[in-house]
Amino acid sequence: MIPAGFEYARASSVEHAIELLGDEDAKLLAGGHSLIPMLRLRFARPSLLVDIGRLADLRYVREDGDRIAIGALTRHADLARDPVLKERSPLVAQVAEGIGDPQVRHRGTIGGSVAHADPASDMATLMVTLGAELVARGPDGERTIAADGFFHGPFASALAPREVLTELRVPTVADGVYLKHVRRAQDWALVGVAVARVDGATRVGLTSMGATPLRASGVEDALAGGASPAEAASRAGEGTEPPSDVQGSAAYRTHLAEVLVRRALERL
Amino acid sequence: MTQIALTVNGERHEAEVEPRRLLVYFLREQLGLTGTNVGCDTSSCGACTVLLDGESVKSCTVLAVQADGTELTTIEGLAEGDELHPVQQAFHEQHGLQCGYCTPGFVMATVSLLKESPSPSEDEIRHALEGNLCRCTGYHNIVRAVEAAARATT
Amino acid sequence: MSILGNRVLRVEDPRFLRGEGRYLENMPLEGALAVTFVRSPFAHARIAGLDASAAEALPDVRVFTGADVDAPPFGPPPYWNINPGMARPLVAGDVVRFAGEIVAVVVSDDRTSGADAAELVMVDYDPLPVVLSAEESLAGDALLFPEIGTNVANFPEPDLEELDESLFEGCEVVVSDTFWSQRMSAAPMEPRSAAAQVDDDGRLTYWSTTQIPHTDRMILAGMLGLDPGHVRVVSQDVGGAFGAKTLEPEGVLVAWLARRLRRPVRWTETRTESMLGLLHGRAQRLEVTLGGTRDGKLLAYRLQVLADAGAYPILGAYLPNLTALMASEVYAIPKVEVKTVSVATNATPTTSIRGAGRPEAAQAMERAVDLFAAEAGIDPAELRRQNFVAKDAFPYTTPTGATYDSGDYEGALDLALRSAGYDELREEQRRRRAEEGPIELGIGLAAYAEITNGIGETEFGEVEITADGGAILRTGSFSHGQGHETTFAMIVAERLGIPVERVTVIKGDTAQVPQGAGTFGSKSTQIGGVAGRLAADAVVERAKGLVADYLEASTADVVLDLGRGSFHVAGTPEPSLAWGDLASRAAADGRLSELTVSHEFRGLPTFPFGVHVAVVEVDTETGKVELRRHVAVDDAGTLINPVVADGQVHGGIAFGVGQALYEEVVYGEDGYPLTDTFVGYAFPSAAELPSFERVEMVTPTPLNVLGVKGIGESGTVGATPAVHNAVIDALLPHGVRHVDLPCNGENVWKALQEARA
Repeated sequence: MIPAGFEYARASSVEHAIELLGDEDAKLLAGGHSLIPMLRLRFARPSLLVDIGRLADLRYVREDGDRIAIGALTRHADLARDPVLKERSPLVAQVAEGIGDPQVRHRGTIGGSVAHADPASDMATLMVTLGAELVARGPDGERTIAADGFFHGPFASALAPREVLTELRVPTVADGVYLKHVRRAQDWALVGVAVARVDGATRVGLTSMGATPLRASGVEDALAGGASPAEAASRAGEGTEPPSDVQGSAAYRTHLAEVLVRRALERL
Repeated sequence: MTQIALTVNGERHEAEVEPRRLLVYFLREQLGLTGTNVGCDTSSCGACTVLLDGESVKSCTVLAVQADGTELTTIEGLAEGDELHPVQQAFHEQHGLQCGYCTPGFVMATVSLLKESPSPSEDEIRHALEGNLCRCTGYHNIVRAVEAAARATT
Repeated sequence: MSILGNRVLRVEDPRFLRGEGRYLENMPLEGALAVTFVRSPFAHARIAGLDASAAEALPDVRVFTGADVDAPPFGPPPYWNINPGMARPLVAGDVVRFAGEIVAVVVSDDRTSGADAAELVMVDYDPLPVVLSAEESLAGDALLFPEIGTNVANFPEPDLEELDESLFEGCEVVVSDTFWSQRMSAAPMEPRSAAAQVDDDGRLTYWSTTQIPHTDRMILAGMLGLDPGHVRVVSQDVGGAFGAKTLEPEGVLVAWLARRLRRPVRWTETRTESMLGLLHGRAQRLEVTLGGTRDGKLLAYRLQVLADAGAYPILGAYLPNLTALMASEVYAIPKVEVKTVSVATNATPTTSIRGAGRPEAAQAMERAVDLFAAEAGIDPAELRRQNFVAKDAFPYTTPTGATYDSGDYEGALDLALRSAGYDELREEQRRRRAEEGPIELGIGLAAYAEITNGIGETEFGEVEITADGGAILRTGSFSHGQGHETTFAMIVAERLGIPVERVTVIKGDTAQVPQGAGTFGSKSTQIGGVAGRLAADAVVERAKGLVADYLEASTADVVLDLGRGSFHVAGTPEPSLAWGDLASRAAADGRLSELTVSHEFRGLPTFPFGVHVAVVEVDTETGKVELRRHVAVDDAGTLINPVVADGQVHGGIAFGVGQALYEEVVYGEDGYPLTDTFVGYAFPSAAELPSFERVEMVTPTPLNVLGVKGIGESGTVGATPAVHNAVIDALLPHGVRHVDLPCNGENVWKALQEARA
């Protein structure tokens, strides 16, 4: 289908982008693989698109102390094969590898995917699970937002209208598993489960189990109390509000969450 | 309207486009390259797959303005005169097409795949093509075609 | 040596591989205006008002409503026995009856302005009660057509009450089940297009993505009050159809607009539009009861079909007749009773999609047979074997009135079981069941017979020898992926003794081919290919006459050397006349037209058959099913081109597996489909399917000179029940006897939960 009309401006720098974002109705365009599908169905009708896709200095993966700094415009395809990630935080590379299909991964960016704040986003869930730090720059300068507080609701994040997500900082995590249940390989996760050992604690994240990516706090509490994977997994549904949609019912999603949490923990 | 300049199948083009113009419609309607097809509204089917700077992308999910300054290859740019590209030849020999509508997308996706992974296993092939849909072939002969193309190009 | 049966690569491939496919959306049409349809988002509503002023305020935009369109409604032909009062207005009048129904037509300069304008057409809908359930519709509390007084589409209404109470007397074992062969979308990769243009003397040219150009011409001319001779219908390359692409209101409106505006017009639908507007398929509730003796002799079978025909019942309401005709499938069951009824609902109307009524018959019977096997404790393969129609029983007339031409069901079963390694699979299953792991192995069988050329149609074929000694075949068949340009060329080439590349197949244009049945129902090769064959034979006879004149011999003494493509007098190899020389000589004499002969061949229905074996892995924790292997024996008689036949079977299997595991049109409570995109409507990619194991088997039909039946839908008919049975087979130890189609994770999980309860 054909998008509704909009104005277009290409940013030459992050600062320039912030300036251009002055219009309330403006949206950032990176890889376009979250935004353009919405434009095509006329679900999104911004008056201005600010294209930051050419900002090459936002494409990087580098070690930065005990974290790995990932430029927001790094594409999923590049994350999937990045040697630093594969060595120091392989779960990020693994999740990137499983997003969409090869064509999507050639365009979609980690920043675009996370900033879009879709509760069905594998990468958004991973950021929450790993306790990532998200760096944003806006008219008032730069700030770091913890992933835990970044997602406010479906397609709603902590980013102010004129803020640009520039970097994602993930811990170096050796042990981690991401499992997702899909109908078809190319589909969004019906349910996804991320499990990672961060700073000695096991953190569990859930995709598509609520209005935002969620931490499975019931599971985490159980594990902290010495529960087995199966015992802990039985608490996967706590605090969740999974949707019922054409892909599956809320009850089925809750069941899947329990199964996948148990399997992910067993594999950890 | 926005000015763009890009190279398509080795030929340079300058054009004026509305920002909302999808790359696939730019190729089809402004450049007359109708080999790339539109099969869906949701970036699901891959019939619109072209190469952008050598990598497969779904041209329905790229704005023409985003392709400014890039090098595109469409299905029309593969054959050299009478000689089909090895991937095209393999699809022919393995009967990897029936109605042909999804074929340009599959061929371009295959060219990109074999560049990144010259000798893929059947499982790798099936997953690399998960973003391309076909309703006619059941994929059996498409997979054979990709395997044959891989053999022919190594 | 005959070329038939050889693996010949397709001559039509180059244009598709090069991106030069002649899909209608690619066709330049100078000065054409764009047509955009405004469609109701409501499933059932009164149109209280319609304001197009904002849309028409855009430059060069015009909006047409139902009041503007002076053309009759689009209704079923009388011989389908569907209530004519349920015919569909081209544009909705004061009531809309399904989400997607056309309420206004926008004409503009291009697709983009059309989309912008369509959004601005303001329609005031007063919602009416939505009837989505066929059972509810049958009960008749809310009527779609109050003036008709019933939702039943059949005309006259069938009597469903009179069931034979004694049907299962003497049966020691009786099993029954009810399940839906769920609503599906054909989902061809190419959305529909149509275009039309009227020339100065009023002749209409209508292009569309149709499977049946000649039939469309007749209907279109009738609806627009035109002489069919003044209407030209052209279908070029079509990107898949699967039974769903025929003349519809959209196309009639495009033609109507071209006449009204005296400008060329064109339309291409979006995928979302297609998911609502392209007619759906299947949507039959199947209630089966099967009885027999404890040691496995089947005695009686009852099938009750409730078809959800959608808002304006048309072909889909008729298809249960084919389901009924094939109800007893491959089994010699003495007593068979079938009742069918079709009802209207507030959903997209249904039509034929791959298999068109016959997959439902196989799905019903094969589920019943497996249930019986489980109940009686008999191996499913053995139960089938014991009840097949015997090899020497053909022609065999079923209790439902179908006369099967040829078959070897036991042979197909043996071949399938051997190819699959059935005994080894059962052994693996036994081992794994003992291990009690979470992933169960399931083995599913399906044996089927199906009917092709089901209404015994006639096809036209004309062979013309050209001045250079090549040949043209004009065929009334219309391939849209099936490879007729190669297969039919092979048939003609074989009779003429010339290379396949020298035969050009012309199709799809009523101006170039005078008549045709089009392509659906897997009938093309057996009537179109045969017509071509008979026309070619007639041309050879004519050629012999000419040669006789030129060589001063008697016609009876002239022979055609097929290997060399030349004629000579028997016993005297030289002088000889090759086709090229003959043709140029005849042309010089003004006699070339003698070497053009047409033939109409009327074929009787034929009955392909087969056995599929599906092997699945079912994750009993998530419910997810993986198809590990699919073995398919599909016998459709003589194989003209095994390459093309393989492709048809592969595609058919994928379509059938899609129904078994993945696909369903799902409506929200408000009657708007949740599956309005390829995100919601999840048909499989290569990642969801294995490579298939097709096993050739050939049992010719005596009903035509080529011995061919039709293979286009066989893969689909066999695949769905084999996979369905495999899933339930996997779950038998868990007490499961029923899983809703599609057997996706959630439906499997539900079934396991119900069995545990």
